[in-house]
Amino acid sequence: MRAPREIALRINGASYVGRAEPRKTLADFIREDCGLTGTHLGCEHGVCGACTILMNGDAVRSCLMFAVQAEGAELMTVEGLADGDRLHPIQQAFWEHHALQCGFCTPGFLMTTLEFLRDTPRPTDREIREGLSGNLCRCTGYQNIVRAVAAAADALASTPHGAVRPAPPDAAADPAAAGTGRPARKRRAGASQSRVRRKARRRGG
Amino acid sequence: MKPAAFDYEAPETVEEAVALLGAHGDRAKVLAGGQSLVPLMNMRLARPEVVVDINRIRSLDYLTADAGVLAFGALCRQRAAERSAAVARLCPLLGDALALVGHAQIRNRGTVVGSLAHADPAAELCAVLAALGGTVTAVGPGGARSIPAEDLFVSYLTTSLDPRELVTEARFPALPRGAGWAWKEISRRHGDFALAGVGVVLAVRGGTVAHARIALIGVGPTAVRASRAERSLVGAAPSDGLWEDAADAVRSEVEPDADIHASAEYRRHVAGVLTRRALVEAATRARDAA
Repeated sequence: MRAPREIALRINGASYVGRAEPRKTLADFIREDCGLTGTHLGCEHGVCGACTILMNGDAVRSCLMFAVQAEGAELMTVEGLADGDRLHPIQQAFWEHHALQCGFCTPGFLMTTLEFLRDTPRPTDREIREGLSGNLCRCTGYQNIVRAVAAAADALASTPHGAVRPAPPDAAADPAAAGTGRPARKRRAGASQSRVRRKARRRGG
Repeated sequence: MKPAAFDYEAPETVEEAVALLGAHGDRAKVLAGGQSLVPLMNMRLARPEVVVDINRIRSLDYLTADAGVLAFGALCRQRAAERSAAVARLCPLLGDALALVGHAQIRNRGTVVGSLAHADPAAELCAVLAALGGTVTAVGPGGARSIPAEDLFVSYLTTSLDPRELVTEARFPALPRGAGWAWKEISRRHGDFALAGVGVVLAVRGGTVAHARIALIGVGPTAVRASRAERSLVGAAPSDGLWEDAADAVRSEVEPDADIHASAEYRRHVAGVLTRRALVEAATRARDAA
């Protein structure tokens, strides 16, 4: 069954349906088929952590899963953090503590931190460092990231809604609103399929 | 960094999975957590023609503690095992080792059984299974069989499993009552593969060592038991000199390889250092049962 198959899942509260070959990683599906390019791909073999997302509440490396495996799953990507123009407390802390320079690794750090602070709301410095050890940053030297996570823990402790902000209500609750993304998705899915066909021809030739 | 094309099968029962593996043999790979397989596929170091994804076999997602044995179904994630109260109570050596398997994001997907079936010589869980004398259950076309740790690990990433077999369960015996334990390893960063590591179980009765298990990672083609060092401990009275002698015995019986991360000499030396530290810690934890 190597032919493309239909994949339906939810990301940040919105429904997405696309078609992908089984070999397509979840990270590529999120970026290319769902159009959510906030999830970044660094190493594509599970070392750098840039592609970290939440799947059914767990932080996972989206480059180490196939999209077909996420059928029916509830995902959260970096796009689901901010509430409109209002940054999530973790994002705000990264901003205030200069915890990013080029920003490429930041989506992975943010999503890792989201799970980490949910599970470890009052972390020690050592726990923060261990919790972030699966994410690589080549700019900051990590000091400011550790400070930002500590500050985010304080901020979240005084925020009533906790670490995981609910998805924007228009996309989450209203099926019609979720449907607005569908034409774009279908178009993207079609483009991706033709790319796949081109690759297959090259392989054949 | 994109995997080669493959046929994807997602069976919902063990029987379906075994039938698929029976039909495809070594052209198929089992996908559980995927934290070792998918990187290999992304780099095209592995190009299975068929991927049998067992993640939809809900009956394999369990962790039970029964009659002094912890049983992990093939879908039990490392993170679930790490957080399990039964693991902390019955087998804290496993709990300590689990916390050092990759990173949290890896353990959220990676399975206990998958790590054993992958048989990386630097994998903590392989050494814990070896130290405790655990087993895995494999189901193949001819039915189920139980494979002890010493018969499972053959060489680098190589087990005695038949490609048509699916490991459905891993069984870790609980530590002996009152036994002390310690896991020690050295790695470049938290969560990286260890350059060397050791797990120790030690029971003391009537002022002498009654039971000693030492298993190491990163110092040979498989996780290895240090039998000579174990024998040197049993029957002797705990002392700094005893731990030092056991560490020397470990250095003499491991055959580490060099790679870009560490020389063979370094790994051999560190294996001894870690063993001594682990024995001291395990002895402190062991309650004299006599």
